[in-house]
Amino acid sequence: MTQKTSSTREIAFFPGCTLATSAKENYQSLASFCERMGYILRELPDWNCCGTSSAHSIHEEAAFHLPARNLALAPREGTLLVACPSCSLRLKQTQHRLLSDSRERSRFESSWGTPPPDKLEILPFLAFLARLDLSPFFAEAGGSALHALRFAPYYGCMLARPASLPGQPSPSGVMESVLERLGAKSCRWSHATRCCGTFLAAARPDIVTPRINAMMEAAAHSGAECIVTACSMCHFSLELRATRRQQMPVFHFAELLAMAAGIPGPQNWFKRHLVDPVPLLRRKELIV
Amino acid sequence: MSINFSDSAPPRDGNEGAFGEGIRLRGDKLSFARELREVSRTEFRHCLQCRSCSGGCHFVEAMDLGPSKVLRLLQLGLEQWALENSTIWICVGCHTCDGNCPMAIDIPAVMDFLRQKALQRNVPVPEPDILNFHREVLGSIARYGRTHKLEIMLRYKVRTGAWFEDLDAGLRMLAKRKLDLLPSTVRSREIVQRIVHTPGQGS
Repeated sequence: MTQKTSSTREIAFFPGCTLATSAKENYQSLASFCERMGYILRELPDWNCCGTSSAHSIHEEAAFHLPARNLALAPREGTLLVACPSCSLRLKQTQHRLLSDSRERSRFESSWGTPPPDKLEILPFLAFLARLDLSPFFAEAGGSALHALRFAPYYGCMLARPASLPGQPSPSGVMESVLERLGAKSCRWSHATRCCGTFLAAARPDIVTPRINAMMEAAAHSGAECIVTACSMCHFSLELRATRRQQMPVFHFAELLAMAAGIPGPQNWFKRHLVDPVPLLRRKELIV
Repeated sequence: MSINFSDSAPPRDGNEGAFGEGIRLRGDKLSFARELREVSRTEFRHCLQCRSCSGGCHFVEAMDLGPSKVLRLLQLGLEQWALENSTIWICVGCHTCDGNCPMAIDIPAVMDFLRQKALQRNVPVPEPDILNFHREVLGSIARYGRTHKLEIMLRYKVRTGAWFEDLDAGLRMLAKRKLDLLPSTVRSREIVQRIVHTPGQGS
């Protein structure tokens, strides 16, 4: 596959605060991988925070209007790629509410001077990836780009099925099937869908630390050498709150994809990890 | 409690329990239940007390009640108790519970309602650190349109007075440039500010 295929196209993109700040390494790996797949990410102009847990926790109005403003800025149809599972849920819930409630619709229209983008498809990264034809990528990367790297796939709440959004397609197994094609070995473990704790990692570390340690313990027990996350917030909680002596590296899923695609940059991204994954990758002879 | 499954249930009067004969809420308790159903857009009365929610909750051991008991309190009309517990604050809304719920009750939406009701009524909050954290996050969104983690953490530390707790975590994040010194901001800050400053329960 060439650096830039003739079929390169743009796709609207919502990064969210975490990718824009503390997980820049995930932003860079995700954007460069998508570009290699023929998609140039176009950030939603002037996007704002989706409100995160705090808005829906204590401020119902803000929890509705913050995602709504982003929807007003979004294209009327087509796809909005969303990197963060949590932002994706907030945006989808708001879109769903706008579709099903005429009062909210008129509130939206009078606030933003435009009808809600009913036809816009809000797509989390894993769902987007599941639709791509990855065969050229696999052919170029080869079956040993991540040779024998044993990983525990961590989806966090990505796989949760909110009662308010029935019929959501499940991204279950996407990380395993893609990474195994690249030579990695997935380990079955008990904590793949356990919540990472989100804001409790900051507000109540005493609650989160023992849970993250138990998670790390379970990953190690399954034979994994590392954890791969679908969400930057999970990545942050896992790295920050693990206090086991034997620390386990945690990768953003897109970092491994970009690395397998031979995209330059991984060494710089890994410098931003709280747990250095480079020794593991050297030991596995996956980087020099 | 007697539950009447027969066809000859008494006519419904808008104050019905799940099955005609059952728990009847009256007066203030009834209006609380109605508001909860309207705002949360879900039907807490459908709870069967199977406890799948509490059984699957990753944080239930850190909670005083757990989600199933909170739902039971609501069914019994014990709203004060449902507002004063730590469960509603420790819940992060990860949706594990409603994914497990055989009655598809949007439990996180119930928790959202209860938290905001607790603030509205000035009920003592058993988890002040969590409330303070949320307030700092919303403040940051009002100022910049996006969250500025370093400032949130610093202001949170000022609020809680716990300067030296967790210092190690902060330093590790700074060393790895996980905490940017300057915020990422939106251009139309005043619009976002107006959103966050619209009267809400917790602002």
